[in-house]
Amino acid sequence: MDRNSRKAQSQANDAMKQLSPIRQFLRTSGLGRWGFTVTVALILLALLAPWIAPANPSAQSLQDRLLSPSAHHWMGTDELGRDVLSRTLFGARVSLLVGVSVVLGAGIVGLALGSVSGYFGGAFDRFINIVLINSFLSFPGILLAIAFAAFLGPGLDKVILALIITGWAGYARLARAQVMKVREMEFILAARSLGASHARILLRHLLPNTLQPVLIQATIGMAGAILAESTLSFLGLGVVAPTPSWGAMLNDARNHLFDAPHLVVFPALGIMAAVLAFNLLGDALRDWLDPRTRAFLTTMDLQR
Amino acid sequence: MIRHFLQRLLYTVPALWLILTMVFLMIHIVPGDPVLQMLGEDARAEDLAQLRHTLGLDQPLGVQYVRYLEGLARGDWGQSMRYSAPVRPIVLARFPATLELSLAALAVCIAIAVPAGVFSARRRGSRADRATSFFTLLGLSVPNFALGPILILVFSIEIGWLPVSGRGGISHLVLPAATLGAALAAILTRMVRGSMIEELSSDYVRTARAKGITETSVLFRHAFPNALIPVITIVGLQFGSLLAGTIVTETIFSWPGIGRLAVQAISARDYPLLQGCILIIAVSYVVVNLLTDLVYAIVDPRVRLQ
Repeated sequence: MDRNSRKAQSQANDAMKQLSPIRQFLRTSGLGRWGFTVTVALILLALLAPWIAPANPSAQSLQDRLLSPSAHHWMGTDELGRDVLSRTLFGARVSLLVGVSVVLGAGIVGLALGSVSGYFGGAFDRFINIVLINSFLSFPGILLAIAFAAFLGPGLDKVILALIITGWAGYARLARAQVMKVREMEFILAARSLGASHARILLRHLLPNTLQPVLIQATIGMAGAILAESTLSFLGLGVVAPTPSWGAMLNDARNHLFDAPHLVVFPALGIMAAVLAFNLLGDALRDWLDPRTRAFLTTMDLQR
Repeated sequence: MIRHFLQRLLYTVPALWLILTMVFLMIHIVPGDPVLQMLGEDARAEDLAQLRHTLGLDQPLGVQYVRYLEGLARGDWGQSMRYSAPVRPIVLARFPATLELSLAALAVCIAIAVPAGVFSARRRGSRADRATSFFTLLGLSVPNFALGPILILVFSIEIGWLPVSGRGGISHLVLPAATLGAALAAILTRMVRGSMIEELSSDYVRTARAKGITETSVLFRHAFPNALIPVITIVGLQFGSLLAGTIVTETIFSWPGIGRLAVQAISARDYPLLQGCILIIAVSYVVVNLLTDLVYAIVDPRVRLQ
């Protein structure tokens, strides 16, 4: 590399440093940009649904049932004559609400248990790690979620609870590993020799150092939670009718594959867009924040 | 080798115990009275008491737990309400159908993932590689309950090549297997690609190329067997998701297996039958993981020597 190009390179680096982190991130990855755009669009559509939806998502009109997409009903109507566009828009609210609640709930429980267990070690750590984390991670998460949801009964709160119960262990393992790595570092020793309490060390010194991988996991966890919610709703274990959920809409659509195939298309596209967007965003975030981990490692956890 | 196997067998004990205990506790997390849920609001008091007694729910929790474990040891999985018959034969009769579907899905995955992954690794960074990466992400994002109806729509209703549902010959198996296997095929493709890239950049591959061995031989005789080792682990781990995925896939295609039985048990509030279904899926998963570890030891001599 000659001097000029090196200079250009360092200027480019300086320029990158001046950008806000979000713009910096968006510059580095094309697919991440897609993921980010679709995610923002979904959040906006979900928030604005009551104002932009052309009709009440639960309003039935039996003479308009199973209409194909038209100028009046852009995505057609379902078996009760409800407007599919409005239901799809409101469905985004359910998906995102479940996604955010599950990721926050599972993330907080996992972070707390994982970091406390990794920090103190000993018998408590062995119990948390071997008995709880390992066992929970050793079953397919969706099977556990279906089982819990089936016994807890339908309802949005039950779905969120079932997904938190089955989802916290992944975060706990991540936080525990990160804390065990960081707690041996010198700045922790320094903090302790200055008389910092355990709580202060955990919250002020260790927590910020565990957040980065957890953030990546949480983004991909959003995709997993949205997928899981629609699976449960598809099986009739999720939201209670008439609340629109993409999974429940797909379940209704199955009875009309022959006479109204459009009913399958739109909720399916909604789920795909949301899951793909969060996956792309998570993949790009990981490449950006932590280039060393290999691409398949985190995406694998999506299926749990 | 035998020692490795025994050790591994010992590790499955806590996992099995946890499954049994969780399945046992499930009926106690039902909000309200599970017996009332099963028989309905207008059931007579003596029927409720009778069922509560049959299920043993009138006993202290500890006694119930011991009885439950004793029952399992004797092969007694409880009574199904819906079929008024013991759970075990009902569940076991459905098992072959689920196994057939899962194995077919696994075959679909391997048939797609191995060539796609190897190709993608060979042409790393090319347009084809990026297209493959995108398709694998897409495969991960399409849920099986959306893919299933779409496949039915295209291949059964529009083109009319394949039957819509039911179990029969090979033609009945194609769509459910593809639906069930798509997500795993995507994961596996990424895995084969990553693993192959690592092997292709190692010294022994450079040596093989320097000796003038053909590229096909380098790819499939030298790099691929080594790349296979991490892939086997993922197949084993993900086989569980495949088993869980049968619940949705069997419902879509009216496939007479455990998954569909579980959904029927859920809607009939037949809790003992549902417990039986969960139990057999979870236990199969543990067994598959055990088998994976054995295959792993056979394929990779380093594991055996440890």
